[in-house]
Amino acid sequence: MAYKTTIEQTVFRFDDLKTLLAKATPERSGDQLAGIAAEGPVERLAAQMALANLPLKAFLDEELISSDDDEVSRLIAARHDPAAFSAVSSLTVGEFREWLLRPETTHDRLKAVTWGLTPEMVAAVSKIMRLQDMIAVSAKRRVVTRFRNTIGLAGRLSTRNQPNHPTDDSRGIIASAIDGLLMGSGDAVIGVNPATDATDDYIRIVSLLDELREKLQIPTQTCCLGHVTTAIQAIERGAPVDLVFQSVAGSEKANRGFGVDLALLKEAHEAGRSLGRGMPGANVMYFETGQGAALSADAHFGVDQQTMEARAYAVAREFDPLLVNTVVGFIGPEYLFNGKQIIRAGIEDHFCGKLLGLPMGVDVCYTNHADADQEDMDTLLTLLCAANVNFVITVPGADDIMLNYQSLSHHDAVYCRETLKRPPAPEFEKWLNEIGLTDRDGALIGEPAALSNYVRSSNLIGA
Amino acid sequence: MAKVIEPSSTEERLDLRQMTDARVSLGRHGAGLPTRAQLSFLLDHARAREAVWTSVDRTALTDRLNRLGLSAVEVDSMASDRSIYVRRPDLGRLLEAASADRLKQAGAGKGYDVAIVVADGLSSSAVDLNAVPLIEAFVPKLSTLNLSAAPIVLANQARVALGDPVGEVLGAKLTIVLVGERPGLSAADSLGAYITYGPKQGNPDSGRNCVSNIREGGLPIREAAEIISKLIGDMMKTRVSGVALKSAVAKLPSSQV
Repeated sequence: MAYKTTIEQTVFRFDDLKTLLAKATPERSGDQLAGIAAEGPVERLAAQMALANLPLKAFLDEELISSDDDEVSRLIAARHDPAAFSAVSSLTVGEFREWLLRPETTHDRLKAVTWGLTPEMVAAVSKIMRLQDMIAVSAKRRVVTRFRNTIGLAGRLSTRNQPNHPTDDSRGIIASAIDGLLMGSGDAVIGVNPATDATDDYIRIVSLLDELREKLQIPTQTCCLGHVTTAIQAIERGAPVDLVFQSVAGSEKANRGFGVDLALLKEAHEAGRSLGRGMPGANVMYFETGQGAALSADAHFGVDQQTMEARAYAVAREFDPLLVNTVVGFIGPEYLFNGKQIIRAGIEDHFCGKLLGLPMGVDVCYTNHADADQEDMDTLLTLLCAANVNFVITVPGADDIMLNYQSLSHHDAVYCRETLKRPPAPEFEKWLNEIGLTDRDGALIGEPAALSNYVRSSNLIGA
Repeated sequence: MAKVIEPSSTEERLDLRQMTDARVSLGRHGAGLPTRAQLSFLLDHARAREAVWTSVDRTALTDRLNRLGLSAVEVDSMASDRSIYVRRPDLGRLLEAASADRLKQAGAGKGYDVAIVVADGLSSSAVDLNAVPLIEAFVPKLSTLNLSAAPIVLANQARVALGDPVGEVLGAKLTIVLVGERPGLSAADSLGAYITYGPKQGNPDSGRNCVSNIREGGLPIREAAEIISKLIGDMMKTRVSGVALKSAVAKLPSSQV
C-alpha cells in the first residue's frame, strides 16, 4: 500500500510502510549508507506527516519483513495482545504521541499497554518525537528487575562495572574491577567482555568474579559476555554463572550472524535459570543490541536501522532479561555519524525499550573515527538520567583498553550520584555504606582496606 | 568539598596500576578527574582524531620507498574525501577508474606474484610510522621465497578490500594490504597486514589472514615480517588463504611443510 502527503501542491508518495518509516527517520548515516533515507528535510517532514496520520492498526495489517521468511516477525505477531492494545487501538501514530505525553497516561497505563505494542509501533511514534518528548514518556515508565538486588526503581541509576583486559589476564581484570568498586560502580553487573570465546577462559573469568563478589559479600551479579553456547557449556561443567549474555538483533538472518536463533536463546535461558543462583523468580538474561547491527550483517531487508533495533527488543523481551543495553556509539560513523546522531539514537533506544517493557540501559560510548567526544557523552548521560535509564556502563578513565572505544568512566557515575542525585540499587547502596565507601548521604568518602587489599586474599589470582 | 582523595599510602596496599594498563587509580576531585589526567585523556583523543583525519604524506612515502630501490604507484578509492570515506565503507573498497588505468600501465601483464598495497585506512600515523620499515623488513624475504613483487601501491581513502581490485588489475597471485587500524586511545599508530591469495573483487573477509597491532609497543616490525613471510610461503604452497589455510597446510605432504 502507498502513502501520500501534499505540501504546497507538491505530492510526496511513499510506496510502502517500510519506505515511509525509513524516510520519516531523523537523519543518520546508516540509513544513508543503506540508500533508504529521505532525500532532504522536506521529504522527511512529508513522511513524518504521513506517518502521523497513519492508524496504529496499519502495523498489524502490513508486515515490514514477512513472517514467512523471518522468525522474529512470527514472534512479534504471536505475542501481540489485542486486549492490551485496545487502549490505543483507535489512535493514529500522531494521536498515540499525544496520548503518551498526557499526565493521565501514568506508569500503570503504560505498563498495561506493553504487550499490545509492537516494535514497529514504538519505532514509528519515536520518529515524530523530540528528545524532550521521549524523555518525558520514558521517565514515567519503570521496569524493575531482580537477581541479587533490585534494578530500575524510580530515581535510581545502576552501573555495569566493565573490567575488560586485552588478554583476559586475571590480575588485570580484578585490578580494574576493584578500581570500579572503589568508585562505587557495579550494582547492575560486574561484567567482562572476553578476548577469546574459549570455554576454559569463560570459566576462569566467571570464577574470578564470583570469588570477588562472594568474599566481599557484594549484593550484585557477575557475567562473562561470551557466546550463549559457551555459557551453556560452562553451566554443564558446573561454573558459577549468574547471568547468561548474548548480542541480539531484529531479524532471523541478523541473529544467525550472531550464531543464535530463538530456540538456542530459549535453551540458554533455561540453562541459566536451572542454577537458581539469584532470588526466587530472578531474571537471568543479559542482552546487548545496537542500531546498525542488522545492516552490517546485510540482514535489514530495506528497513531503517532504528526500526530494526526496536525489533531486537521483541527478541529480548521474550526471555525476561535482568539487563538490556544498546551499545549506542560503538558501531561507528557509517551508522551514527556524530555526537548529535549518537545522542538521539541513545534516547530513542531507551524510549522504545522501556515502552516494550525492557529493563533498558545504555552503553554511552563512541569510537575515535566518529565525530564525537566526552562532551557529547556528558550530554547523553545527563539526558538519560532525566529519562530514568536503568543503568549505564563504566570503565576506568572512560577508556576500554580491550575493545578500544570510549565508554563512560567510573567518575561519571559519581557525578550521577552526587550531582544528579541518582543513588544505586538500594541493596548495593547499603553495602557501599557498610563497607565504608560512602557516608550516610551516599558521598564517596574512603578506600576500605577490604577492597584495596582484596588481591592478597584471593585464592584464584594470588598477590 | 574540594578534598582530594588520593590512594592510601599504607605499605600493604597494592598498586592497581602495576596490574593493568587500564586508567585505574586516577584520583578524583568530587566526580571530576584530576586536571592532569583530564588533559592527558584529551591529548590521547586528539592524537587519535589526528590519525583518522590527517592525510598520509604520499610524496614522502614514495621518496622513502625509492631510496630502498622500490618504485611506487598512487591510486584512489571511489571515496573522494575523508568525510565520505568514514560514512561509506562500500566506496572505500572500490578502485577509481583513472587509478585502474594507472595501475595497468605500471604493471599489468608482467606476471607478478605479490602486490603490496599501503592503505591509509583509519590511521595515517600508523602508515607514516610503520609501513616503510615493515616493507623494508619483509621484501628481502620475498626474494628468498623466489617471489616477484609489483611496484608498491599507495592507496588513498582505502579499506582492506581495495586490495582485491588492485591485485586483480595487476594480475598478482597474492596481495598484502598494510592498513592503518582504527586508533584506540592508548595506541593511534597500529598497522594491520591483511593477506589474500587470489585477489578478486568481492572476496569475503573470511578469505584473508590478518596480522594486527603492528607497532612499537605492540607486535614488533621484525616479528610481524617473519609471520607475514611464513603466511605467504604457506599460501603459495596451498593456493589458499583465510580460515581454510590452517587445514590446507596440515594436508601438505611433509616434504613441503
